[in-house]
Amino acid sequence: MSLLRIKGLSIQYGDTVVVDDLGFSISRGESVGLVGESGSGKSQTALAVLGLLPRSASLSGSIRFDGTELVGAPEQTLNQLRARRIGIVFQDPMQALNPYLRIGRQLREILVRHKVAQGVNIDARVIDMLTRVGLSDATRQVRAYPHQLSGGMRQRVMLASALIAEPDLLIADEPTTALDVTVQAQILELLEDIRDETALLLITHDLGIVAGHCERMVVLESGRVVDAGPTTSLFASPGHAHTRVLLNAAPRIDTANIPPPATGASVFGVEAAAVSYKAFGHERLQAVQDVSFSLRCGETIAIVGESGSGKSSFVRAVLGLVPMEAGRAVYAGAPLQGPVERRAKNQRRDLQLVFQDPVSALNPQMRVQKIIGESLLVHEPQLSKRERAARVIEALEQVGLDDSYLCRYPHELSGGQAQRVAIARALVLGPKVLICDEAVAALDGSVRERVLELLRRVQDDSGLSIIFISHDLAVVRSISHRVLVMYMGHMVELADNSSLFVRPRHPYTKALIDAVPVPDPIVAPKKAPLRGEVPSLLNPPSGCVFHPRCGYAKDICALELPVARDLKGTRVACHRAEEIDLSRQS
Amino acid sequence: MRLLRNRAIRVSGVILLVISVFALFGPWISPNDYLSTSFDRSLLPPSTVGAHLFGTDDLGRDLFVRTMLGIRVTLMVAIVASFVSLVIGVTYGAIAGFVGGRVDAAMMRFVDTLYALPFIFFVILLMVAFERNFLLIFVAIGAVNWLDMARIVRGQTLSLREREFVDAARLTGVSTGRIIFRHIAPNLIGIVVVYVTLTIPQAILVESFLSFLGLGVQEPQTSLGALVDAGVNQMEGAAWVLLIPAGLLAAILMCFNFLGDGLRDFFDARHVD
Repeated sequence: MSLLRIKGLSIQYGDTVVVDDLGFSISRGESVGLVGESGSGKSQTALAVLGLLPRSASLSGSIRFDGTELVGAPEQTLNQLRARRIGIVFQDPMQALNPYLRIGRQLREILVRHKVAQGVNIDARVIDMLTRVGLSDATRQVRAYPHQLSGGMRQRVMLASALIAEPDLLIADEPTTALDVTVQAQILELLEDIRDETALLLITHDLGIVAGHCERMVVLESGRVVDAGPTTSLFASPGHAHTRVLLNAAPRIDTANIPPPATGASVFGVEAAAVSYKAFGHERLQAVQDVSFSLRCGETIAIVGESGSGKSSFVRAVLGLVPMEAGRAVYAGAPLQGPVERRAKNQRRDLQLVFQDPVSALNPQMRVQKIIGESLLVHEPQLSKRERAARVIEALEQVGLDDSYLCRYPHELSGGQAQRVAIARALVLGPKVLICDEAVAALDGSVRERVLELLRRVQDDSGLSIIFISHDLAVVRSISHRVLVMYMGHMVELADNSSLFVRPRHPYTKALIDAVPVPDPIVAPKKAPLRGEVPSLLNPPSGCVFHPRCGYAKDICALELPVARDLKGTRVACHRAEEIDLSRQS
Repeated sequence: MRLLRNRAIRVSGVILLVISVFALFGPWISPNDYLSTSFDRSLLPPSTVGAHLFGTDDLGRDLFVRTMLGIRVTLMVAIVASFVSLVIGVTYGAIAGFVGGRVDAAMMRFVDTLYALPFIFFVILLMVAFERNFLLIFVAIGAVNWLDMARIVRGQTLSLREREFVDAARLTGVSTGRIIFRHIAPNLIGIVVVYVTLTIPQAILVESFLSFLGLGVQEPQTSLGALVDAGVNQMEGAAWVLLIPAGLLAAILMCFNFLGDGLRDFFDARHVD
């Protein structure tokens, strides 16, 4: 008999139907992936199972959990089930944990509330659980407050609190979306470990995760189930067109459909760039150190690394939004220096930035027309009103929007549309170098594919050079000519796309690549390649900053900072690069 | 209009509108004027006889006309003072917040210094040093109220400055002035409008308080505060002389407070959708 059976579930807010006649079931010990783009009703379904929908939602249909009907059940029944028999992990652990309570206390509460354990047993059980989810030094950490833990550690605590009462079903709503890939791999490994005891409903947009960790998958599109079945067979032969769309939009790190190397002249270069910030007291936080590369006309170079690797600080310094501490940047033969306000007009026109979050990057009080037209007003004041409007429309058409968007405000746009408007603003001046800072990270798969396609097209048409910052290696694989890998502010490897992904030279690069889930159920998920998390920049490790997490570290690595050097066309900063072979066997 | 769907805004708006229309046109309609005194008509209770709708005061002056006049003065002081605080406060706060660093520190320490001045003492000094006049009340109230506004706007600007659309504008070369007025200021509107509607009752109270102390509007001109002051002397025997202006003052204050609350909800709602 199935543990959870949902039948004909509909959720409505006023006249808006967010979930429509939805049904699926989960058996004991089974793991099911619920996939779909944003707004497809994934999270609403999870909240409905937990009885956590807001009052304004009207609910119909049936949700049976182990014989108990949950739709219309009294609050008391739901309270008995939540945490005790159904555990939940949300995307953002900082919001789900109480910032004023020590984490040990938050776990105890669950045990006490549901009378799962008593007396001395409670503390032992809490510590045991925290150790199981991989919290190092759990006896001490139980006394920590959530803000004292890193994002990955917080998510482990969240997982511990979901599992401590040994529930029959664990609902994980985008549990790793906010985490770095190497940490994500560790959390997914944890989920894998508990699968014998607990059924799992994994909600995610990432098909790579579903492929590796779910036996069955359910595909949602605008609140309806369009496809359901065993993961392997759905991946092999999708039953519905939307499933195919999702599968095609999932970038794969292991298939080679990569752009050929660019051959244009060099337009932009950085030498030994460094950025530091003032931290508390007199310490300085070294965010970027000794980064050098040059960019050809029509070339895309990707900068990858986990959060805190200095990617964003680096581009902000290049653009003059924060001061560059050392080194120099050159555009078209002239140095880029000083704050952005004091830079030459052509430099400000030719270097444009696209931000990660389009909602934050567009002024909420301006219409699209004004947002895009403003830079024209600054750089080409001689244009008449009509000419300017024509240029704005041209830029909109370039990104695949028409003139009906001119009078809209940013909040009237979807995420993908807003990001395209932001790109149109960057392109309207005809820049030579476009810097995309996680420009597609917040977008759904199919929208992301369209935006990437757009960038490729503009590049082909006008020889645009792109600096593409991303944490998503699968996307980087599909768009970049060369890849620069950063770790804790240091450049660890710079190589052509083809050689980097096939034959990485630096252990960190290899770890990053291995941590990316492959959207193919036949490829077995690898073990998490790295343990632990990125150390604090305030107190960086001695020698090679990567050595504490590196599986190949030797004595010298803890003593000396490796110098970047050329090795068969790759620039790599590792003491042992020549000796070790990191080629991917596949 | 969405604005009118909010009940607090609708009700208090209508009441304020009615009071303002009466204050503007009432004195024209009434056959009486605010100046002429007569001992025969001293302290008449409200009645339609002789069109003394609100009765008369101890000098026999018509209270209806005088109250309407008082409302005019009170509202004018409040609106002008709020406007002064709005203009100075928003400009000052936006500049301090946007430029930041030392400029910000210096500008805000100046505000702190002004805060430290005892307000009533400051007003009395002004009144003694200069001849008493209307303008001085505006200046005094405005000079104090803009401090709060500046602090609020500065805080908001500090957080807006970190938003990426400001960086985007800087990158394309939009001038600092244009960034402040075109990018920062429009995003401050919500909070500023709300704060202004809450400043108005504050200004009204201060003006009434000054008039009550005898430092405000001078006879034969009047304001609600001055009328209440006069009414207190007649409290026994002729309660209407106190109750009518005091009641209207309370009504106006309450309406502005509800209006402020309503506007705050309105702007919050916009954030949500």
